Amino acid sequence: MNHKIVIVGVGGQGTLLASKILGQLAVSENLAVKVSEVHGMAQRGGSVITHVIFGSEVYAPLVSEGEADFLLAFESLEAARALPFLSKDGTIIVSTQRILPMPVITGAEKYPADPLGGIRERVSACEIPADKLAEEAGSIKAVNVVLLGAMAKRLPFEKDKWLSALEKCVPAKYLELNRRAFTLGYENS
Amino acid sequence: MMPEKKLMLGNEAVARGCWECGVHAVNSYPGTPSTEITEECAKYPREDMLCEWAPNEKVALEVSFGVCQSGARALSCMKHVGLNVAADPLFTAAYTGVRGGLVIAVADDPAMHSSQNEQDSRYYARSAHLPMLEPADAQECKDFVKLAFDISEKYDTPVLLRLTTRLSHSRSVVTLDERVKPEIKPYEKDAQKYVMMPGMAKKRHLIVEDREKRLAADACKMPENRIEMRDEKLGIICSGVCYQYVREALPEASVLKLGLVNPLPRGLIEEFAGKVERLVVIEELEGVIEEQIASWGIAAEGKNLTGIQGELSVNRIRLAFGKKLPESADVPAGIPARPPVLCPGCPHRGAFYVMKQMKLTVYGDIGCYTMAALPPMSSMDACLCMGASVGMSFGAEKALGRDASRHTVAVLGDSTFVHSGITPLIDSVYNGGHNTVCILDNRITGMTGHQQNPASGKNIYNEPAAQLNLEALCASCGVRDIHVVDPFDLKKSREELQKALDFDGVSVVIFRRPCQLLIKGETKSAKVDGCRNCGKCLTLGCPAIEKTESGVRINPALCVDCGLCAPLCAFGAIKSSVGGENK
Repeated sequence: MNHKIVIVGVGGQGTLLASKILGQLAVSENLAVKVSEVHGMAQRGGSVITHVIFGSEVYAPLVSEGEADFLLAFESLEAARALPFLSKDGTIIVSTQRILPMPVITGAEKYPADPLGGIRERVSACEIPADKLAEEAGSIKAVNVVLLGAMAKRLPFEKDKWLSALEKCVPAKYLELNRRAFTLGYENS
Repeated sequence: MMPEKKLMLGNEAVARGCWECGVHAVNSYPGTPSTEITEECAKYPREDMLCEWAPNEKVALEVSFGVCQSGARALSCMKHVGLNVAADPLFTAAYTGVRGGLVIAVADDPAMHSSQNEQDSRYYARSAHLPMLEPADAQECKDFVKLAFDISEKYDTPVLLRLTTRLSHSRSVVTLDERVKPEIKPYEKDAQKYVMMPGMAKKRHLIVEDREKRLAADACKMPENRIEMRDEKLGIICSGVCYQYVREALPEASVLKLGLVNPLPRGLIEEFAGKVERLVVIEELEGVIEEQIASWGIAAEGKNLTGIQGELSVNRIRLAFGKKLPESADVPAGIPARPPVLCPGCPHRGAFYVMKQMKLTVYGDIGCYTMAALPPMSSMDACLCMGASVGMSFGAEKALGRDASRHTVAVLGDSTFVHSGITPLIDSVYNGGHNTVCILDNRITGMTGHQQNPASGKNIYNEPAAQLNLEALCASCGVRDIHVVDPFDLKKSREELQKALDFDGVSVVIFRRPCQLLIKGETKSAKVDGCRNCGKCLTLGCPAIEKTESGVRINPALCVDCGLCAPLCAFGAIKSSVGGENK
């Protein structure tokens, strides 16, 4: 059986590092894996989405709507936007952080009071203050690794395996910070 | 020792394949989704593989042709619309053939993630009579580029490698191999083959036709074109990423997977058609394969089921075959869109703010600045293709008279100007225009992710290179009115732009300020104190300035304290560490 994960956020939030670590982990475990990314125009502060699929045999590089086991969301609005990807038994792991999109900034539209209202009653949702935890770890930029930590417990890999995948993907001078971020996510999910 | 396995982006795998098979030189112009191929190639030692950014795709392919005509292997990479620019050398290189291998990697963008149209490059392969390979994952990206060079040299032809966004930008596991460097083939003068005048070209055209027939026959035996028999009730012909979608959506179906998508292996397709009850072609964009099969009198479905728009997907194919879709929720109501925006501190913001204030008609171009077409800037009237802004602004004057050029500008970036803006500038001067061309010179190719260009003063390896002097270039094109301004000096920008619009001839205004993303290190943030909520600063469309009930707020996580907004505030409520006299 394959594991299917959709990672969403806002361009510049570091979604690509999260998918890179997941991909690295799957490769180390000798699993088949595909990761699909967004480059180019959509990166400039727009919605971004990355698909990660691993398991015994992987064909499509994209997760179909209704098939994601996990929706890893770096921002609440983006979690709601990507909801169609989630399977009915899937889990949302979402940072409670809010980043205002341009139509809200200019006042043309409103940021919903509770983007996950009506959603958390229907699916399993793990809402964590990933931005606060990342700051606690040492940098707001570590939101991605906090969220990975929060998802890690729910996937069939030991914590050591995650940490060694992390080590392969982040520069040595940021390793300690990222280890802290991962552990904070792991323990607070 | 076990061969090393690595998770690689499709584009990265193409680069690896080039290095493994001894490609000598890579010449490209950046274009999403193809850009990373050349960037990844440049990470290998340049003694192995010399990489360069060319001013445009036509030049890139001509240089590559020179490399291959001199006996070494050459690669050029481009996006689908880049192949339009390179089409001129391409069609005749198809006649001359090659000495060293020549491969053109072209990346199509179904669903237009970062493009202005959805054209299908397979039609180029058909009309230029060139072989085209289409890989289906990163491993095949590596294997097929090596095969492409072998085919190129064996059949004496340039070869197209077709990628799509989902292939270029998805990662899968690749087994790495050693590098084998072919010898540079000895040079021999052969004007009959390489000088394409009518007398020679007529003979070469016969060779092109014969070559394609041979390839089509041989394609029936190529292992890259393979039949996978499962249930005989349904047979699918597919290639590229569509193969993956088909395998997932229709696991029981028999499949003819095509690696070579031009010319088609007619014998193999006839054999497959004879083995299955229902034959369907699943292909993204145009019905290129379906049309050809139909012309041979083979009954096949395809576009009636999938249509020609956008990307295919597992669910689209499930739907086309009446399969049940997985249960899924809708996006909740009231979720605002999040379109891409100009970054905080973007130098283009100043230029477009002034143009909007002056109520100018703006002919735009291809780059980050195309986003100025979106609200709240909404400062663009037309955008067509690389460099087109200049010609369009001159055309407007022809239709509406000289006065039209008093309130019309063409706007394009430094890299786009060098790519295709120079010849239309010469045209405007030569034919007596009065149009004003604004070059947004941010010292980099921005949208595709910061590639160097001839005006940036650095090469692909980030080393100093000869820097094109844009002012001198425009002057030598005959432009007599040239202004250089900092787009964050709004007052001066407005004054200089007005002079240019009034000038009795073609003018160029160079808005020069480096891309904010080039500026490294920690930045401060502007602060708000005493906002009267007039909303003037919001017209800048800066993502760091947020509207709230009690007045604007500046988001310190996004603000880079560029200083553009502070002088705009009539009440002095925005405090920036950067001074200015803008009003």
